[in-house]
Amino acid sequence: MTGSVAIAKVKIEHVGVTFDRDGKSTHVLNDITLEVAEGEFLCVLGPSGCGKSTLLNTVAGFLSPSVGQITIGGEVVTGPDPRRIFVFQERGVFPWLTVEGNIAFGLFRLSREERGRRIAYYTKLVGLEGFEKAYPQELSGGMKQRLEVARALAVKPDMLLLDEPFGALDSITRLTMRRELLRIWESEKKTIIFVTHDIEEAVQLADRVVVMSARPARIQQIVNIDIAHPRDISSPRYLELRDSIFEQIGIAHKI
Amino acid sequence: MDWNRQVGKRQLGPIAFIAILLIAWQIGVSRQAVHVLPTPIQVVRGLAELLSRGLLVKYIVASLFRVSWGYALAAALAIPLGLAVGWNRRAGLAINPIVQVVRPISPLAWIPISILWFGVGDVSSIFLIFLATFFPLFFTSMNAVRNVPAVNVNAGRNFGLSTAGLVSKVLFPAVMPQLIIGMRIALGIAWLVVVAAEMIAVNSGLGFLIVDARNAGNRYDLVVAGMVMIGVIGLLLDIGMRSLENIRSVRWGYSED
Amino acid sequence: MTGQSQPAKWEMFFWPALVAAIGLVIWNFAVHVTKSTVFPAPSAVMKGMQELGAKGILLRDILDSLRRVAIGYGLAVLIGVPAGLALGWYPVAANVVNPVIQMVRPISPLAWIPLAIVWYGVGDASATFLIFVGAFFPIIVASMNGARNVPSILRRAGKNFGLADAGILSKVVFPAALPSIITGLRISLGIAWLVVVAAEMVAVDSGLGYLIIDSRNSGKRYDLVVAAMVLIGLIGLVLDLGFRRLEKLKSVRWGFSE
Repeated sequence: MTGSVAIAKVKIEHVGVTFDRDGKSTHVLNDITLEVAEGEFLCVLGPSGCGKSTLLNTVAGFLSPSVGQITIGGEVVTGPDPRRIFVFQERGVFPWLTVEGNIAFGLFRLSREERGRRIAYYTKLVGLEGFEKAYPQELSGGMKQRLEVARALAVKPDMLLLDEPFGALDSITRLTMRRELLRIWESEKKTIIFVTHDIEEAVQLADRVVVMSARPARIQQIVNIDIAHPRDISSPRYLELRDSIFEQIGIAHKI
Repeated sequence: MDWNRQVGKRQLGPIAFIAILLIAWQIGVSRQAVHVLPTPIQVVRGLAELLSRGLLVKYIVASLFRVSWGYALAAALAIPLGLAVGWNRRAGLAINPIVQVVRPISPLAWIPISILWFGVGDVSSIFLIFLATFFPLFFTSMNAVRNVPAVNVNAGRNFGLSTAGLVSKVLFPAVMPQLIIGMRIALGIAWLVVVAAEMIAVNSGLGFLIVDARNAGNRYDLVVAGMVMIGVIGLLLDIGMRSLENIRSVRWGYSED
Repeated sequence: MTGQSQPAKWEMFFWPALVAAIGLVIWNFAVHVTKSTVFPAPSAVMKGMQELGAKGILLRDILDSLRRVAIGYGLAVLIGVPAGLALGWYPVAANVVNPVIQMVRPISPLAWIPLAIVWYGVGDASATFLIFVGAFFPIIVASMNGARNVPSILRRAGKNFGLADAGILSKVVFPAALPSIITGLRISLGIAWLVVVAAEMVAVDSGLGYLIIDSRNSGKRYDLVVAAMVLIGLIGLVLDLGFRRLEKLKSVRWGFSE
């Protein structure tokens, strides 16, 4: 069930990625065709190691597809670009810079006042007020994650690409961070592609969930999550959608 | 077959680089009016000469002999001591400052004292090597113990191990990776010091070869030949120690990254 | 780690002082018991230091040694750090040059003495050259490894934010490699201090190393020998402590695990 979208921002066309190592070829992605709309929150869901991170890296421009191509806003992707910022798990934060320093990292082309304004705004937006002069080693995992999001947003990119960003956090912090991310998304209205292996997370956050198979990965199913935010995770529709994905992946949901 | 070709390609760069350096060396020396420095070819001939006179093997063995004794003595003393001191906080407090002051005294500064106590000869150089390797080994052992995670120690206690059992079944395996790295570094220091000790305090060995070759006739080809041997053996010792790090039962201690 | 009681603050001074005092007593006792006329007692060492200080020789020798280290070490840093970073940045270059570095490095700097004397004669330049050789290799290797080990995530982030190669080198690779580089610098300084003493014993006629040899040769003044040894130890310690302070700076502390 592929959804075709009115304004396609990202077009992934027949993309395949193969890694060659010491003479052995590993097919990681197989004929992925997908479109992402402007302002959409898309989740890519799949088991660990299936290649969803590879797909995200290809969209970001860190990897070149072996087959096929990716266009964003009409331009073919040839390399990384500040208009689509990749958010890693908190270890992507620069440990030698303070919170301020990290957020300011991409802002070197701006005037001093503009930089100061953006730092102040985004520090507040992610809830790190008061920690401007702190170093990452003094922050908790959740705070470091928020710092990375702030750093990404400060350059005002068109798109955010998040690779299992909450994976290293405890489950309570994860719930808080999901709410924060949605809040930021609703106020900034960016296109977001979010990779996860957590089914609940995908159904809670996304407009559409792309379910990927195990390696070599192909798109198994695309599920439209038609529930308005804020989503009630006990509502029948939520459970229905979630269970359909469980079934699609083939997992029993009784423990 | 494909793999072989790939490996071959990777060796090409460094080999070409070395070849270029050797050629430049050869040309650089032959261009000089006064031939003091040897050309690479002369160095090789020098090595052959030493080998045929039986000196090369004799000197290498002498140097290795001293290193082995000095190093072994230092290890036998420093490692248990370091482990014990690392285990007991108060002992660490007591001994650490003093060791910190004695450590930076270059082992070579001890030479006159060493000659005073032991005269010129093997014992002197073994003593110097002992001094030079004692401290690094001591500190590595001490730090390695301190870095053993409390969880492992507690697990050992939980399963009812006595102190002896804790030491042999938890402590020792846990400190192995760090200890081996420290031992490798200490071996490098020992090799550095033996050369110096031999230059000053004994009558055989690779260090002595270098000084002697120069003093008795300006045989710089032999001097450089000696240097080359020192480099080669030092490298082999290092590689040997690194291969220890690959043994499965210690490999866990080295992050893959 | 071992669940023992935390030692009290006074203990941090008491125990080392006690051990040191015991050490000194044993030393003194040993000298008197063996009736050694040559090996000095602690008191003799103290007097020896005063004597050197009074004659003004001490300060001059200390400065000479420090000067040679400063120049040789300084050169090693200026050349070694950028070269190492460049090698770490271009893995191809590293693969080519690394084997040569690994082969030359184990050659003790002191084995270079005859060559140094041929090239530079007996004197300052020789000693400085030896110090340079000793300090250079740990520095270039530490810089190279520091650059190589920068997590690719951080490099990608740099590219992502629009930095060109030069920008990534200076704004990502260098700060990320800094903890490694500083460790290399500290170890190198220790080696430089070791080498200067040896170099001065053989190739020059001033400095702390020379003082040791000279005191012994001209009159068996072992009290001066030991006095000089103690000073060498103290200065080496101060240099090392200075570096460890540097490692505590917040912008590099992240790189040093407890």
